[in-house]
Amino acid sequence: MTTVIKLDRRNFLKGSAMVAGGLVLGFYLPDANEAEAQSAASATPVRMNAFIQIAPDDTVTMTIHKPEFGQGTVTSLSQLLAEELECDWKKVKTQFADTIDPMYMMGAPIQGVYGSTAIRTSWDPLRRAGAIACQMLIEAAAAKWGVQASDCRVENGTVVNMKTNARVTYGSVAEAASKLDITPRAYLKDPTTFKLIGKTIARLDTPDKVCGKTTFGIDVKLPGMLYASLERCPVSGGKVESFDATAAMKVPGFRYAVAISNGVAAVADNTWSALQCRKALKIEWDEGVNATASTASLKKMFADLVEKPGAEARKTGDAQAAVAAGAKKIEAVYEVPFLAHATMEPMNCTAVWSPNECQIWAGMQMQNISRNIAAKAAGLPVEKVLIHTQYMGGGFGRRGRQDFVQEAVEIAKAVSGGIPIKLTWTREDDMQNDGYRPMSRVKFTAALDANGSPTAWMVRVVAPSFTGMRNGVDNSAVGGVANIPYEIPNIAADYHAPYVTPDVLNDFRPVGFGIPIDYWRAPGANANAYYTESFIDELAVAAGKDPIEFRKPLLTKNPRLLATMELAAEKAGWEKPLPAGHFQGLATGGGSGSLSTQIAEISIEKGKVKIHRIVTAVDCGQIINPRGAVQQIESGIIFGIAQVLRGNITIDKGRVQQTNFHQYEPLRMDEVPKIEVYLMPNTNNPTGLGEHSNPHVVPAITNAVYKATGKRIRELPLRLAGLA
Amino acid sequence: MPIEFTLNGKRQSVDVVPQMPLLWVLRDTLGLTGTKFGCGMALCGACTVHINGQPTRSCTLPISMIAGKSVTTIEGLSADNSHPIQKAWIEVDVPQCGYCQSGQIMSAAALLAKKANPTDADIDEAMRGNICRCGTYQEIREAIHRAAEHRTVSHPVEPVLQASIDARAAASASPTRSASATARSLREWRSDQAGGAQ
Repeated sequence: MTTVIKLDRRNFLKGSAMVAGGLVLGFYLPDANEAEAQSAASATPVRMNAFIQIAPDDTVTMTIHKPEFGQGTVTSLSQLLAEELECDWKKVKTQFADTIDPMYMMGAPIQGVYGSTAIRTSWDPLRRAGAIACQMLIEAAAAKWGVQASDCRVENGTVVNMKTNARVTYGSVAEAASKLDITPRAYLKDPTTFKLIGKTIARLDTPDKVCGKTTFGIDVKLPGMLYASLERCPVSGGKVESFDATAAMKVPGFRYAVAISNGVAAVADNTWSALQCRKALKIEWDEGVNATASTASLKKMFADLVEKPGAEARKTGDAQAAVAAGAKKIEAVYEVPFLAHATMEPMNCTAVWSPNECQIWAGMQMQNISRNIAAKAAGLPVEKVLIHTQYMGGGFGRRGRQDFVQEAVEIAKAVSGGIPIKLTWTREDDMQNDGYRPMSRVKFTAALDANGSPTAWMVRVVAPSFTGMRNGVDNSAVGGVANIPYEIPNIAADYHAPYVTPDVLNDFRPVGFGIPIDYWRAPGANANAYYTESFIDELAVAAGKDPIEFRKPLLTKNPRLLATMELAAEKAGWEKPLPAGHFQGLATGGGSGSLSTQIAEISIEKGKVKIHRIVTAVDCGQIINPRGAVQQIESGIIFGIAQVLRGNITIDKGRVQQTNFHQYEPLRMDEVPKIEVYLMPNTNNPTGLGEHSNPHVVPAITNAVYKATGKRIRELPLRLAGLA
Repeated sequence: MPIEFTLNGKRQSVDVVPQMPLLWVLRDTLGLTGTKFGCGMALCGACTVHINGQPTRSCTLPISMIAGKSVTTIEGLSADNSHPIQKAWIEVDVPQCGYCQSGQIMSAAALLAKKANPTDADIDEAMRGNICRCGTYQEIREAIHRAAEHRTVSHPVEPVLQASIDARAAASASPTRSASATARSLREWRSDQAGGAQ
């Protein structure tokens, strides 16, 4: 099979004029990388297109347009480019794309990483970029030899003249190749001939990450840089009324105290001094509209709403009538709390401002949005803002929110004088000033017929909105409970937004009433998979059927999902004898385009849930890097386990009550169960994995808890029931 | 008054406020940013360094406390990623985002120096203070077992630790390996799945 691809060569060259080699490097580069930058500059790489540069020494530099926060883009996107370029993998280097260019957005309005889309959206364009560059290199070599391109082949970074067996390296023809105006006629490779795609290739970023050499945003150091720490109102949305820096000025290292839109910043000679100066600030706050908000008051508000009809989100058949006519009616109410992202690297941003230009250095999930926000804060047009993308110490959605960028730029502008300012958040800042996974509540009503088959599925969702409302409905909030994989003839869903925050993608959100909410690993699904897969399990119990046997007839139109369920059941030993006191629970479904089933095996020890084993079978289409794929799935499972056991952000008097890892505890080494991941590779287009597994591990575990205890878990986390 | 100590084998003198935690002296004053800030309360382990060979959280340790002591950071663990833990970390490709990994590696290196063949229980005990939000724990466990397999006493470990390693090597001529079922099955599974992996 050979795929003829449609190419527009100009598309791949569009970015080249803007991304001149040393444009953003030089003076402001972090110290540690200066030597490297100089040696790179001396190699004078030739830009083949927006993604590929080739130096005379054959070094191939891939421009990574999807920032890296652990999901493996530096390596996997390079694999896509190198597969078709046929370059020498050992000579591949990478750099992040620091210009904003539609080429890097893959047809979306965002340049960045979100929605587990890096591979899905890059799969075709990056292979094409590699193929075109390869064709250009071949044609340049052919011209040099005076032969036809068809007389040449490529091999590991060299063009071979098949008539004479002469060879030239890519580096030696790159300059000539880059000037060719070719008619692209490249073909994408037959997947059976892949050399890099589908192989466990060692991550390119690992060696620097095991010796402390990787520069994360928090590690940026610029000449003359000062360090900032920002005291914010303890109540979300509150404002500074007045402040007194008299005591702070006496702290060694003090330089400035400046009020900005979101608090008062202490600026000092080092981070520690800045923290001490900040502690010495005396600030009067206007706590604003959230001063009386609490988890209890929000719960009551949500509970009232869930009893009232909301905006229609789905209507298929007549669910009301089907419930009335059903042999059995089942009702249940579920709820989940706010959750923090708690990336290991706290938020930070380094900014330098002058009347003509602003530059920012940070781990950014959405680079063009960061630039927009920086421009607004700087009072400059976006063209006057330069961004420098750094490695991110975790993201999970948090680094799409732009508060830290806005704050750093405002401080740099207030300090002025072209002094670089690094704003570093403390862990407490991070945990208490997040955009949280929304608290939500759903009410289900379903009916079974006399055979125990479901005839109606009704759900009402109460969840604050943050992804934009359409006809009164936030699709992210209702998606996973209204559009279920199961074939049920009558489905109805409606929705209430207790409060709405503007879409982060359009602007930095002003904070009004309500606790700030935002994208959190698998937005929507991170609550809705729990709701749907718990309630379908309840229906299976009501029908007196095994959870798999109950689901199977409802999934006949989804054979790939069914196949994951069958494989997971086989590998987990579903219905086979388990060790004494062990119980299994199952959850299945799609997410980020991928399909999977998870089976959790637990026991109750001294009244607490102990998770022994998670087995999952995953269909994510074509796999780029199997080890990377497995690690993404494991990562989500571990993320989800912390959530189901004890993830809980609570509010009192408008204040987030959790401050640090002793009160909001990620999973630790000794709590990790055995995780078995079974990939089901195929040649369908690749689908997402970064946010695929964390939603479904939650109901897999709570369904196992039901089997073990007879208690249906309708509120998270398990700690609230004393089970963790 | 300057505070003197040994940093990665070299004498170091710093003149900072005595309460300033070692973490910020390393990162801001000395420019060694491999040691990370995660919590500031010794809860997450991202800031782990070795003080006289012992894994220690540097975020809560005032610089005045380390006068005259020997500090090893991730930058000083080896010059070329040749420490057995670093080698194993690369082989297993442990890091995802990588932010916690300096701390994980320093804790693991200290464990391996103390116990040549740590059990899963030893690993739980030594590593439970280091949080990884990406969830690389299975890989960390596998890498520690792997490092224990390859380790040779000829590797230049910190002198403070060498004595204890030598003592244990003498005491136990044939250590028994107790690799976990988890680590083993994961490895076997991976080699099956990866096929012609490179």
